[in-house]
Amino acid sequence: MKLVDLASTIRSKNAGVDHITFDVICRDRKNFERVRDSGALNRGAVAHLFGIEESRVTDFVVFEPANAIKFTIRRLRPSGGLGESDLFGSQQYAPLFDIEIP
Amino acid sequence: MKPVRIITPTGHLGTTPLEKASFERGCAASPDFIVADSGSADIGPYPLGADKAASDEVWQRHDIEAMLLAARRLGIPLILGSASDTGTDRGVDQYVRLVREIAAEHRLGPFRLAAIYSEIPVDEIRRRFKDGATIRGLNGRPDADATTLDRTDRIVAVMGAEPIRDVLEAGAEVVIAGRSSDCAIFAAPLLNAGHSLADAFFCGKAMECASFCGEPFMGKETILGRADGTGVYLTAMHPDQRCTPASVASHAMYERLNPFREYVPGGYLDMTHCHYEQVDDKTTRVTGQTFVPSPTTWIKLEGSGKVAERALFIVGIRDPYTIANLDRAIGWAKSKLTERFGPLGQGYDVYYHVYGRDAVMQAMEPTPARAPLEVGIVVEVVCDDAARAETICHIAGKNLFYARLPDVKGTAGTAAIMSDEVLHARPAYEWTLNHVIEVADPRELFRTRFETIGA
Repeated sequence: MKLVDLASTIRSKNAGVDHITFDVICRDRKNFERVRDSGALNRGAVAHLFGIEESRVTDFVVFEPANAIKFTIRRLRPSGGLGESDLFGSQQYAPLFDIEIP
Repeated sequence: MKPVRIITPTGHLGTTPLEKASFERGCAASPDFIVADSGSADIGPYPLGADKAASDEVWQRHDIEAMLLAARRLGIPLILGSASDTGTDRGVDQYVRLVREIAAEHRLGPFRLAAIYSEIPVDEIRRRFKDGATIRGLNGRPDADATTLDRTDRIVAVMGAEPIRDVLEAGAEVVIAGRSSDCAIFAAPLLNAGHSLADAFFCGKAMECASFCGEPFMGKETILGRADGTGVYLTAMHPDQRCTPASVASHAMYERLNPFREYVPGGYLDMTHCHYEQVDDKTTRVTGQTFVPSPTTWIKLEGSGKVAERALFIVGIRDPYTIANLDRAIGWAKSKLTERFGPLGQGYDVYYHVYGRDAVMQAMEPTPARAPLEVGIVVEVVCDDAARAETICHIAGKNLFYARLPDVKGTAGTAAIMSDEVLHARPAYEWTLNHVIEVADPRELFRTRFETIGA
């Protein structure tokens, strides 16, 4: 199954001026446990997906109270800098949709 | 400890208007304070650096009018933080003017207004740096040095609860605060009433974006937050919205590096052991938050500086051969710029934002390009001089019309020009400071002024 079918929210947004944070919130506890326990979402996997060094994934947490997994990526340049294309960091999440969750 | 009830109708006063029906419902729920945050760093570095509001004054006035009239009618204080998006002195003065105008129009008053200013001259930070202060970079940023300050046009310090607590204790009925920690504007009245740092800052953290802590997703609807010593209670005021353990916990994650810590001057709120429970259909109670004090006090500094002038040109491409060879076409266009204006990056630069391919995600785009039917290209040129930016941008765009590709069939123009004109864009600024500076007293970077408004 794909992540997009198990999650109710998949979003990205600035977290301060130097980072973009990603929230994957599951529909219910069962889906959350399936995603969490699959191991398909982890620091290495998201770094690989976005083609970035793992050191740029500054935070990766499983957030039980919200049935969520959250990670944060350091931007190469602060938001709104030269050549900016996503000021709010709000359209960086789409590639997460197709992650296969066994 | 006295129970306190706070309502907030908007998470960013001024962006779009607050919704009056749920706000009125909140006003009927016996609130002790009306509080709203007006700030955002998401709007980019331009508004701070150039000292311009990002929001339209029409909506700022709309929201302030609704809140001021309600606060005066109910006889309760109104607290507005991060005035006019950035919280500069201009923003504080603008909001004070709006309060004065609305009060005159509705014959309100007299009431006591406190304005708290948080803009800091760059020279003041320079002086502290020369005297040995460390300007510590946040979250992996290097510490600031003299060069960083030279690149900075404007700085605001981000206040914690202390300056707001002080003016409330001195009798302020309307508080217009410069740049403020979102949660501190809610925490201040709770702390004055004797609530714990943990409950006060958690209540602020949950309420700062108003109805974003409820479900289903709605913006600009009113939330009631209250604390009585047995936890923090959050209630949605819109008839179709609820605050649930999932919605409140989800909001704890929103726009943050991680969901467990919120730093404020003097320590951090720890949400690791928060317990969320539904206590009635629309209300969630949160307990278990703690506050971890730090031995020293650090105040956040936000700084922005101008980098360059900008100009834009828009073209579209439909020819599948040109689309398939787009990088070659762009490469050719760039080579012509280099020929005329010298190497890219020396005095000017150009960005070809290719919508339909990878404009949005750029280097982070993992999906191999599928040949799109059309692409739209926004050509962006940055340069110290505005006239030169325009000259270069026109050529940078038009060169896609003349792109030389070996097998191109359409030899009468290889791009669709939407309008043969260069669009003037606002100058480019950059966030130069996202740092903290140590202070002896959390009030020392802020200035307060009282004024009596109305007859």
